[in-house]
Amino acid sequence: MSERTLLHELDYSVVQQCMHCGLCLPTCPTYVQTGRERSSPRGRIALMRAVADDRLEVNEAFVEEMSYCVGCLACQTACPAGVDYNSLLETARAAGEQSDVPRGKLRGVYRWLALKQLFPRPWLLRLVARVLAVYQRPAIRGTVIRLGLLRLAPRHLRELEPKSPPFDPPFSFARLKPVEPPVSGKPRARVGLLIGCIQDVAFAGINAATATVLRHNGCEVVTPRGQGCCGSLHAHNGEPNTARKLAEVNLNTFDLDNLDAIISNAGGCGSHLRRYGEMFPPGTPLHEKAEAWDAKVYDVHQWLDKIGFEPPRGSIGPTRVAYDASCHLRHGQGVDAPPKRLLAATPGVELVPLTESDWCCGSAGLYSMLQPESANWLLERKLDHLETAAPDVLVSGNPGCLLQLAQGMAERESLRNVRTAHPVELLAEAYAAAT
Amino acid sequence: MSAALHEELRGIVGADQVLTDREDLLVYSFDGTAATSQTPGCVVMPGDTEQVSRCVKAAAAAGVPIVARGSGTGLSGGSVPAADGLVIGLTRLDKIMHVDPANLCMQVECGVITQRVDQVAAEHGLFYPPDPGSQKTCTIGGNVAENSGGLRGLKYGVTRDYVLGMRVVLADGRVLWLGNACVKDVAGYSLRDLFIGSEGTLGIVTEVLLRLLPRPEHRKTMVASFDSMRAAAQAVSDIIARRIVPCTLEFLDQTTIRCVEDFASVGLPTDAAAMLLVECDGRHSAVEEEAAEVIATLKEAGAGNVEAAQDEVAADRLRTARRAAFAALARVRPTTILEDVTVPRSRLAEMVELVRQVADAKNLRVGVFGHMGDGNLHPTFLTDERDEDEMRRVHEALEEIVDHAISLGGSITGEHGVGLAKKPFLRRQVGDESFRVMHQVKAALDPSGLLNPGKLLDDANGSADAAHPGGVS
Repeated sequence: MSERTLLHELDYSVVQQCMHCGLCLPTCPTYVQTGRERSSPRGRIALMRAVADDRLEVNEAFVEEMSYCVGCLACQTACPAGVDYNSLLETARAAGEQSDVPRGKLRGVYRWLALKQLFPRPWLLRLVARVLAVYQRPAIRGTVIRLGLLRLAPRHLRELEPKSPPFDPPFSFARLKPVEPPVSGKPRARVGLLIGCIQDVAFAGINAATATVLRHNGCEVVTPRGQGCCGSLHAHNGEPNTARKLAEVNLNTFDLDNLDAIISNAGGCGSHLRRYGEMFPPGTPLHEKAEAWDAKVYDVHQWLDKIGFEPPRGSIGPTRVAYDASCHLRHGQGVDAPPKRLLAATPGVELVPLTESDWCCGSAGLYSMLQPESANWLLERKLDHLETAAPDVLVSGNPGCLLQLAQGMAERESLRNVRTAHPVELLAEAYAAAT
Repeated sequence: MSAALHEELRGIVGADQVLTDREDLLVYSFDGTAATSQTPGCVVMPGDTEQVSRCVKAAAAAGVPIVARGSGTGLSGGSVPAADGLVIGLTRLDKIMHVDPANLCMQVECGVITQRVDQVAAEHGLFYPPDPGSQKTCTIGGNVAENSGGLRGLKYGVTRDYVLGMRVVLADGRVLWLGNACVKDVAGYSLRDLFIGSEGTLGIVTEVLLRLLPRPEHRKTMVASFDSMRAAAQAVSDIIARRIVPCTLEFLDQTTIRCVEDFASVGLPTDAAAMLLVECDGRHSAVEEEAAEVIATLKEAGAGNVEAAQDEVAADRLRTARRAAFAALARVRPTTILEDVTVPRSRLAEMVELVRQVADAKNLRVGVFGHMGDGNLHPTFLTDERDEDEMRRVHEALEEIVDHAISLGGSITGEHGVGLAKKPFLRRQVGDESFRVMHQVKAALDPSGLLNPGKLLDDANGSADAAHPGGVS
């Protein structure tokens, strides 16, 4: 039990901050699912603490429990003591990756494909996306399946297939010039736009809409070429070194001194993007830059809310809209009211209440691939609430959530016609309706 | 604990409801109490009263100590396991059995979450008033075992005032039903009352018949700040002297106000010595009339500024400071020790002042907030359990505070229970004879001493062991 792990090196007061009061329990999806303390936030922290105290080793059960955690961070919102669960979980998962605990084969393949191959290489991700975009045209997809061509693909690629996102070329660089001026008048602010990786290939339209809405609110929008994946999936899944390398790329690509803000429109990315400082401790060359970066990163809703949002004059027509909060926007970044305020101010939108809108939909980064059973449980729970809410449009501020929800709703008769969208898309449509 | 007992328990509840892995035992080794833990030998999760009874019989036959546990949110160590003992986890007993609007009552299993009780009552226009701070997590069975309080004690009382009946499993596995839906019932000893607040030392409550009230139709929220705690306390006395009983009468001291402001930036008066949160509820017209009188009284008592909420959004904003009090204090230092001594309401200002003096003398940081209406205060020590010297001073300070509360005619614990944390002080409060009778009651109902041993009372042989037997959690 004496083997040193990353948990031994952690600042002990972070673990100790948990006073095990249990207020996190009812907000935790895996605790609600199992009713077991080991699958609760305070239980997991107790296990981490036991490792740090040499009362437990990093064993299979420990690694599985950390993997089973959704990472939705609902516990952080519920926590009275301000425990930084996100950091604890990232450290515990990294300790798991560094241990010699064997992991499931399938899990290994997903991790390798997603974390090591696709996300660190935007060009490769885009290339794969183009090929899959063709494949996803129903006629071609049907032919491929009928001819059994998919069988030629490596086994792990076939298993990935049902979860692979739809693709939406042309991608963001083709849609957005490096600098786009405000729609009218002098710029009030100059902002950098993060296009993301999944967002860029699956939802390039959201990036375009984000730029449109910012431009209608007096912002000059800069979309630097050469930017890449934010590294959040790596940090969340125990790959801190890759995460740091990806952060370096972004830190060196954006001209921080000449930007008032850096805008993220993906909740999961934003939550990580605002914590670059933690990866570059004082004394390292990029420390100051990373701290300055953290201070300038805003979620698009929060930024619009802060600068004084100019509501669109056009209307999207009477539309029942349900807002499902991205966990890392709501719990990771603590952004709750701004998206609802923007939507409420958009002509035509009738916001309908959605029970447990601050609960995870089961997407959770790679979670739906790594823990499909639990992810499905969450999705079904979400779909049940959506049936009650009966919206025309379901909006959410994160690409992973939109994919998961679209896929889930397509499989339910009653929800098949519900459209999924990012809030900025509805805003952009309303601005367009006025002109 | 023997493998044979594990096997027997598996036969009773099913293999998947018996937890013996190290990872499971570690996470059931504590409850919500700071710096207190002990590793059990097994955790069993029965699904109904009969299974609870059979588990108790099996453990009793093997001579294994038993600790009942709900959600493990207790703040006195009441559900901390016995070393190598059996934990009976009751969260699976979570059925609402029936709601009876005609008789204003509801029968539930012990694992139902407290907030759900009130939510279900609300669906029938009814009201379950006790609202402990952990109401979203804690179970009703745990509330009955600890006789939990909340923010509405002055007007509505505590859990005890809402228990009409219960099903309870005794130390030998017998099952009793006590009480009924009648408001009036004087048949024999009220055994039901004996089990309320018994902290799992006399029996395990598995079902509860709860009294409900008609739901108040309106509520009005006000805050006021004062330049001394005495002035705030006087204002409270003045309000009650006008024959008004608010449902909420909460206070924050200056340290707490400042911590809340640092944490939440809600624009609190950081130079004020005390803040009061007052809420009246009832019929619309009566509430508005009462609120007007409360506001006038607060102003006459010298309140710096008085604010009344005009709508629910504003009310929610006014409640933020009180609601955030504990959270704001808890993040200042790694370890937070939440106390709950209680004094007669008229002595509260004096008690707060004493807490401040003791903390200053011992060079400790303490924030005080709590329930001014019922004299229950929460001195909250902000400390670090790794600092042995500071922890020693905290324990010395606690002892002085407890002694002073007793000397003012108060209680060592208003709502958290005795458990492990207050065990050394119980005898001082109740006196030798009462203490002896408590032991006699315990011996009559649990002669082998297997139910939650070492809690509430010192061990039967009278040895006064330390408050924190298990080391640091």
